[in-house]
Amino acid sequence: MRVAEAWRVALDALRANRLRSALTMLGVIIGVASVVLLVAIGTGTKQKVEQQVEGLGSNLLLVVPGRIEVGNAPVVSPLTLKDVDAVTRVVGDPDRVAVTVASGATARAGARSDFTTVQGVLETTPAVFTRSLARGRYLTGTDVDTSRRVAVLGDSVARALFPDRDPLGQQVALAGVRFRVIGVFAPLGQSLGVDRDDEVHVPVTAAQRLWGTQRVDGIAVKAPDRERIDELGERIVAELNRRHPDTEFSAVTQQQILGVLGDILGVLTGVLAAIAGISLLVGGVGVSNIMLVSVRERTREIGLRKAVGARPRDIGVQFLLEAVLLTTIGGLTGMALGVGTAMLVDALSPIPAAITWWSLALAFGVSAVVGIVFGVVPAQRAGRLDPVVALRTE
Amino acid sequence: MTEPAVADRSAGERVPAIEAVDVSRTYQLDGVSVAALRGVSLTVQPGDYLALVGPSGSGKSTLMHLLGGLDRPTGGRLVIGGRDVNALAPPEMATLRNETIGFVFQAFHLLPRTSAVENVALPLVYRGVSARQRRERAAAMLGRVGLGHRLDHRPNQMSGGEQQRVAIARALVTEPTVLLADEPTGNLDSVTGAAVLELLEQLNAESGVALVMVTHDQEVAARAHRRITMRDGVVVADSADPSSAHDRPPSVDHGRPATLVSAPSAEPRSASGSGPGHPSGGSGGAAGATGRLPHDGGTA
Repeated sequence: MRVAEAWRVALDALRANRLRSALTMLGVIIGVASVVLLVAIGTGTKQKVEQQVEGLGSNLLLVVPGRIEVGNAPVVSPLTLKDVDAVTRVVGDPDRVAVTVASGATARAGARSDFTTVQGVLETTPAVFTRSLARGRYLTGTDVDTSRRVAVLGDSVARALFPDRDPLGQQVALAGVRFRVIGVFAPLGQSLGVDRDDEVHVPVTAAQRLWGTQRVDGIAVKAPDRERIDELGERIVAELNRRHPDTEFSAVTQQQILGVLGDILGVLTGVLAAIAGISLLVGGVGVSNIMLVSVRERTREIGLRKAVGARPRDIGVQFLLEAVLLTTIGGLTGMALGVGTAMLVDALSPIPAAITWWSLALAFGVSAVVGIVFGVVPAQRAGRLDPVVALRTE
Repeated sequence: MTEPAVADRSAGERVPAIEAVDVSRTYQLDGVSVAALRGVSLTVQPGDYLALVGPSGSGKSTLMHLLGGLDRPTGGRLVIGGRDVNALAPPEMATLRNETIGFVFQAFHLLPRTSAVENVALPLVYRGVSARQRRERAAAMLGRVGLGHRLDHRPNQMSGGEQQRVAIARALVTEPTVLLADEPTGNLDSVTGAAVLELLEQLNAESGVALVMVTHDQEVAARAHRRITMRDGVVVADSADPSSAHDRPPSVDHGRPATLVSAPSAEPRSASGSGPGHPSGGSGGAAGATGRLPHDGGTA
């Protein structure tokens, strides 16, 4: 029997039982759609995170105590501003070095309050990280040197404390100490569910005084070029190790952060796809089931076809094509549904979703394979039917 | 049972369409052997018209399946179209059926939701004939059974008689050497049944296809040129070879073989030497002897 003919017969058989075919396909449609959708969400999230990490600024080197590994507990930092001066000497350019000492604190303005993160920083922060202001000005060197109680608010904090008036020049109490608002950051949005606009920058010296500490949590360095970034990192770590022999230090680049995050999100995407894959598998079992019903129902037809000269293979191919047609039509529909849903999710919710060609190819390929795998047994059964018995069936 | 080769027009040698020698068929049912056929020998020549009669359980359906290549004997030798069935694998059996046998069933066995012309063309699908040629040949065949005007009707839009005509067209579209009809009139009223029977006889006479008919109906059987009576898995009477009743004497019950003596034409047909492929031939003088050429359409 010619292949074109076999396709036609298979298509006719599916048409003859429209509702049943549609319901059988539904299992595959849901499976493929969820694979496409979940992979799109995983991919979209990964892309967005990567954008944000890159958006921190280029050639960034983060120096922190302890080792940067997934699962490691944070270490209490032994670093002080003296260490920052030492690092600055290694780097050779004070404008390229930023620090942070951060802690949660309640910010109050009048009757309003907001729990936020207070970051003690140097005036270099906007240059090292890419940050821009919506209003006012940033900290200056004088602000830092004189521990001036001035603050730059993140967009969320500004909205929470001053919903109906200009925050510039207003007083804000941070952990009970009054600061004057000198600037407001331009909004950054969310990243991995964290509101990046929920922070307040104050001079590092003022922050240390606020919490009664000499500590600095971490140092960020903007390397002059990408080629020497690793070497610079090594020199900084060596200098800090010399000053603090008991503590380990790590210098990580954006590329390393991206790698770690990419791995985590890749695994996450894989797990999501695998869970969705299970539903595709269940859809396949449904196809197998319905094909067995179809073979039984059409036993007489099979007997007749065999009587007029159909070989076992002809019958087998016919039923196998029917199963493959069920899953590939279901697969294509599922792909369309998955892509449509992903686009809706991306457009209407904060969850990012990005369609990748490989997830579509994979989903379609898998649905075709599911058809073959789950169609083989019913097809073989049909092909092997004894024509005498088949013809006798009523 | 070799028919006396009267006027050997075709160089004397006649290849039998089907030759069964001491064929038996035993089924295994729950570990118990049940012998459905116990040593049947039978030769069907091209152009034969024979009826297979016998009570239910006599083995005539089993024999029919064997003759049609749907089943294999468990003993003896069965040669269909010159090929020994025991030497053939299932795919080769399928091809053999496609090329040499046409089936007509009591229940018609047409594909539902499929037009008459597509039903008739079905055997050609498995022969790899192109769609256009299939339709042409199927349409022509439907014309010959008087349904040229019903090509695109579906089985549920046709009467029983019409459906059986479609089935007959399907059986003959491959130009087989043997047409096996299993109770072809069993599901039809007497008038329609008679018309279908006449059509079968006409096609047998015109195209030289051997017609082997399984039937309960003594009247139907009486019209065949040769009647083979079966009981308990053996042939108890063969009108072409009265001596065949010797194997095993029919046990108790009626002495049915005796009733067959009243058969009208025991005279063997000198089966058209023209062979298949000349549908409107009817060259053999004997063919005319049937004298029945129904053109009434017979739609009941």
